Amino acid sequence: MKTFQGFVTKEFLHIFRDRRTLLILFGMPIIQLILFGFAIRNELNDVQVAVLDLSHDHVTQALTGELLHSPYFEGAAVLHSEQDIEAAFQRGAIKEAILFEPRFAQRLHRDGTAQVMLITDATDPNSAQTMVAYTSSILRDYQTRTFGTGSGVRIVPEVQMRFNPELKSVVLFVPGLIALILMLVCALMTSITITREKERGTMEILLVSPLRPLQIIIGKVLPYVLLSFINVVTILVLARFVFGVPVRGNLVLLLAECLLFIVCALAFGIFISTRAETQQTATMISLAGLLLPTVILSGFIFPIASMPLPLQYLSHIVPAKWFLIVVRGIMLKGVGLEYLWQETLILVGITLLLLVASLRNFNERLE
Amino acid sequence: MSIIEVNDLTRMFGSFTAVDHISFSVEAGEILGFLGANGAGKTTAMRMLTGLLEPTSGEATVSGFDVYTQPEKIKQTIGYMSQRFSLYEDLTVAENIRFYGGIYGLSRRAIKEKTTALLARLDLSHARDLRIAALPLGWRQKLAFSVALLHDPRVLFLDEPTGGVDPITRRQFWDLIYETAGRGITVFVTTHYMDEAEYCDRVSIMVDGKIEALGTPAALKTQFAAASMDEVFVRLARA
Repeated sequence: MKTFQGFVTKEFLHIFRDRRTLLILFGMPIIQLILFGFAIRNELNDVQVAVLDLSHDHVTQALTGELLHSPYFEGAAVLHSEQDIEAAFQRGAIKEAILFEPRFAQRLHRDGTAQVMLITDATDPNSAQTMVAYTSSILRDYQTRTFGTGSGVRIVPEVQMRFNPELKSVVLFVPGLIALILMLVCALMTSITITREKERGTMEILLVSPLRPLQIIIGKVLPYVLLSFINVVTILVLARFVFGVPVRGNLVLLLAECLLFIVCALAFGIFISTRAETQQTATMISLAGLLLPTVILSGFIFPIASMPLPLQYLSHIVPAKWFLIVVRGIMLKGVGLEYLWQETLILVGITLLLLVASLRNFNERLE
Repeated sequence: MSIIEVNDLTRMFGSFTAVDHISFSVEAGEILGFLGANGAGKTTAMRMLTGLLEPTSGEATVSGFDVYTQPEKIKQTIGYMSQRFSLYEDLTVAENIRFYGGIYGLSRRAIKEKTTALLARLDLSHARDLRIAALPLGWRQKLAFSVALLHDPRVLFLDEPTGGVDPITRRQFWDLIYETAGRGITVFVTTHYMDEAEYCDRVSIMVDGKIEALGTPAALKTQFAAASMDEVFVRLARA
């Protein structure tokens, strides 16, 4: 028993001496609980909507007030005509547009029915359905309160699912999967391949050779750029011909943006490898530091607008978030660079920042 | 002019002086044993001479090139091999040779010719397409040594090349070193084995960043009235 006790004590000592293991042991559950607990919400808050009121009577104004003052919605754009609706969607300014038909109150009183059109951005089909359900229930509440039940007066919502009329969830997942796969393949593989050279001692040989540090880094990642690009094309072909996910925008632009994201993910991998000494550490950092944010904080599965503010701010530094906006924009909305240049610039910025930081790290290591 | 010329070379890390005003020179074809306890500054000195680390002060030239301004030229004229294996285990013998020849800018034809010659000399022609992982330790080491000489460097730096190797392989390895020095290539070797120190033309012993002794093994033994290099080393390191 004594010998066994000594053995267990030694094991505890190992764990306590290794701060990284400790961090993972106690840090990961907390981080995961917080991330999942706050980020995973199926209910929606503060959905960006816009109301186009073609009637301007007391009923539509009362309804607009009810909608915009509910915690679920916030007015995000002012619409003057039906043409504005399309533009607001393409810009990504709104997720839902609510359109009251002309002479709304009059029809309601005279005919007993009036129409309101709910147009939603269905690139995320689950959110779209939830939005419609919320809106309809607010309208129904008003109807019951004002006219009572059984009065025969009905506000009829007509629903239009924009960009994804069949509500296919694969349409939502394909862009997210591209981001996830690229992040994993590029960042993980690069960080492992560079740390492997360090572990095996071959990095020393490369450094004393006439190769320059920049050449070593570029030479290491170039094959992965190529392989990842083949990955992207495979996913797109599968998505198109097996699942029927459209590419409505410019294919060349889409591929170029994918290439940008690949370089960004590779830059992450290089950055990790300048910090990590072993393949094991590199793997752990890549998985813990990249996989979780890419899945949870990118809007891949859970809408960012419904998250608490601190998590929303945190999501700004997750490259996949910007990449998703771009890919969904090009594939599903068919928009071009004129709407996506900001997201593209942010991705370029993150990439450059990481490359400069890694090159500095790399050179410091030689000192 | 000597092939390696070092004058008052110093390297500080913050306020810590890793290498403290060392001076020496090495001639073509000479084998210089670079000795010292762990942390004495051997590695730092070697990194400065291989162009990996910029000195804080002092002067040094390797094959006539300045360590401050021409590190890239130096890299072209030196070979390097360390205790940790410098060959890629998942590549074959021939692929490894092709890779190293490539990064030193050798032409495809030169690489082909050198590969055949090198394998014949090491009696490894049959292993050409075997992966390094399949080779016994001694063979890998000889191969790594020869690959480090592929681009005909003027100086060969060996960083504890024989760590963890059996005495017979070590002896064979030193035969290779002698043969190399005989061809006029300077060999700069660090080691912890005192019997190996006896094989060197001259030996330098570093203590706390300074070179405390420099001379032929015979001269050093006389100077410190010691029977062996082992005794010389222990006497200096303790002082």
